[in-house]
Amino acid sequence: MSTPFYVSPQQAMADRAEYARKGIARGRSLVVLQYADGIVFVGENPSRALHKFSEIYDRIGFAAAGKYNEYENLRIGGVRYADLRGYTYDRDDVTARGLANVYAQTLGTIFSSSGEKPYEVELVVAEVGDTVDGDQIYRLPHDGSIVDEHGSVAVGGSSEQISTYLDQRHRDGMSLAEALKLAVQALSRDTNGGEREIPAERLEVAVLDRTRPQQRKFKRIVGRQLSRLLEADGAASTPTDAPSDTEEPDGGAATATDDTPGETGKPDADASGDSKE
Amino acid sequence: MEANTRSTGRLPAAFLTPGSSSFMDFLSHHSPDLLPGNRSLPPLQGAIEAPHGTTIVAVTFPGGVVLAGDRRATMGNMIAQRDIEKVFPADEYSAVGIAGTAGLAVEMVKLFQLELEHFEKVEGVQLSLEGKANRLSTMIRSNLAMAMQGLAVVPIFAGWDVDRERGRIFSYDVTGGRSEETGFASTGSGSIFARGAMKKLYHDDLTEQQATTLVIQALYDAADDDSATGGPDVARRIYPIVTVITDEGFRRLTDDESSEIARAILERRLTQPDGPRAALL
Repeated sequence: MSTPFYVSPQQAMADRAEYARKGIARGRSLVVLQYADGIVFVGENPSRALHKFSEIYDRIGFAAAGKYNEYENLRIGGVRYADLRGYTYDRDDVTARGLANVYAQTLGTIFSSSGEKPYEVELVVAEVGDTVDGDQIYRLPHDGSIVDEHGSVAVGGSSEQISTYLDQRHRDGMSLAEALKLAVQALSRDTNGGEREIPAERLEVAVLDRTRPQQRKFKRIVGRQLSRLLEADGAASTPTDAPSDTEEPDGGAATATDDTPGETGKPDADASGDSKE
Repeated sequence: MEANTRSTGRLPAAFLTPGSSSFMDFLSHHSPDLLPGNRSLPPLQGAIEAPHGTTIVAVTFPGGVVLAGDRRATMGNMIAQRDIEKVFPADEYSAVGIAGTAGLAVEMVKLFQLELEHFEKVEGVQLSLEGKANRLSTMIRSNLAMAMQGLAVVPIFAGWDVDRERGRIFSYDVTGGRSEETGFASTGSGSIFARGAMKKLYHDDLTEQQATTLVIQALYDAADDDSATGGPDVARRIYPIVTVITDEGFRRLTDDESSEIARAILERRLTQPDGPRAALL
């Protein structure tokens, strides 16, 4: 009792990682996808008030899976970090890269400090650019590592399965309705391969829309707008979705490339596959 | 623990402390030196020479509120700037116009905007219009020491009250005292003349178009009698900044829109230099 057992550092770290991963896996998954006009966040969330996605700054959004009190804490920390930085320097000097770095340092320190319990959270920090090339998505696992993602990313419970599904089907230049449809399909797949229905009321959807005239690009998609977008999927390529009317030709191409993922899909799948433990 | 916190680059404890949704509260804990109110000036003889902004006017109409300001900043009897902007959006449904020391005013507005945005992001909802007006009160009060040295900032806050569904105007004094105005309000050196003009022109069923015309008329009258207020500058194409806040949110009139109104007023004043006449009885 008085002399503690010797635990090798490898074992201690493995235990902590196991602990954090289990905590994260209990939460529902969420996905973040690039589309033609920005980045869309989609997740299943029965609550209207407790959000999984939120605005950090003008062009930066935040998504988190895992333990609510822990990621809420990190979210507020991020808002304070961004606002302080923007106040001290300029609004343009607040970047997702800087924020992701601070989050990685914070999570990493907590993970490796024996005095604290590791955070059971996995974060996504995304920044929408002026063009598709300027978009940045960072995934931050519980241990303080940082993964630069492209196209699509999934975190939470069955994230590996979902991201494999997304990597095979996500293309550049999808319209918002298409990306949303793909995200819902990915989320509604069960771990055992079955499908279940996620009603629109249980979906939390937000976008970082680069075409928004306001300085703040983050916007929640709720109510009628959400159901309109979801219905627009059903009708495949009806021009009901105003922001994506220029994307109609792509809509036709989508079905063609569904079975044969494009060149952009493959390398992403490999990259994100490698980075997973 | 403290040493560890510093060496790793993780977010300092103040960032992760739950509780306050106020950016100013956070700032006062984490870096109080950045708060405008925390600066102390050495005792001085006489006033500090710094650019001062002049006249701001506001008018409500059914469906919204209009807030406008002239474009002049003065330093003593010199014109410091001809095209200064003194009316700013505070958030989607409110705006603030500032008379007084320009440098401090711009900083105050920047912090005020951030305070509202920060609350909105942290809490997920906007502050009530009263809440916003009270925050501004606190900020003006924290500037009292500077005001005593002649560096006063006196704003007008106007916004659309989402709950009560009407436009509202709040005026302030230098100590942070706040009062809600019905109909119209003005602040700054030309405010007396602007208020006189508005008193005669205002009625409570103005349209948006009439309200924007009214504020430019009032600013014209202020510029007519107050040397520190600038009138429409046709040669340099500098016209008053006019903003409208309705249930659709904040909108600033484009240069073309405000120049059109200002030119129409100028045209009429060529034959009637004192502007429109009110009925005697």
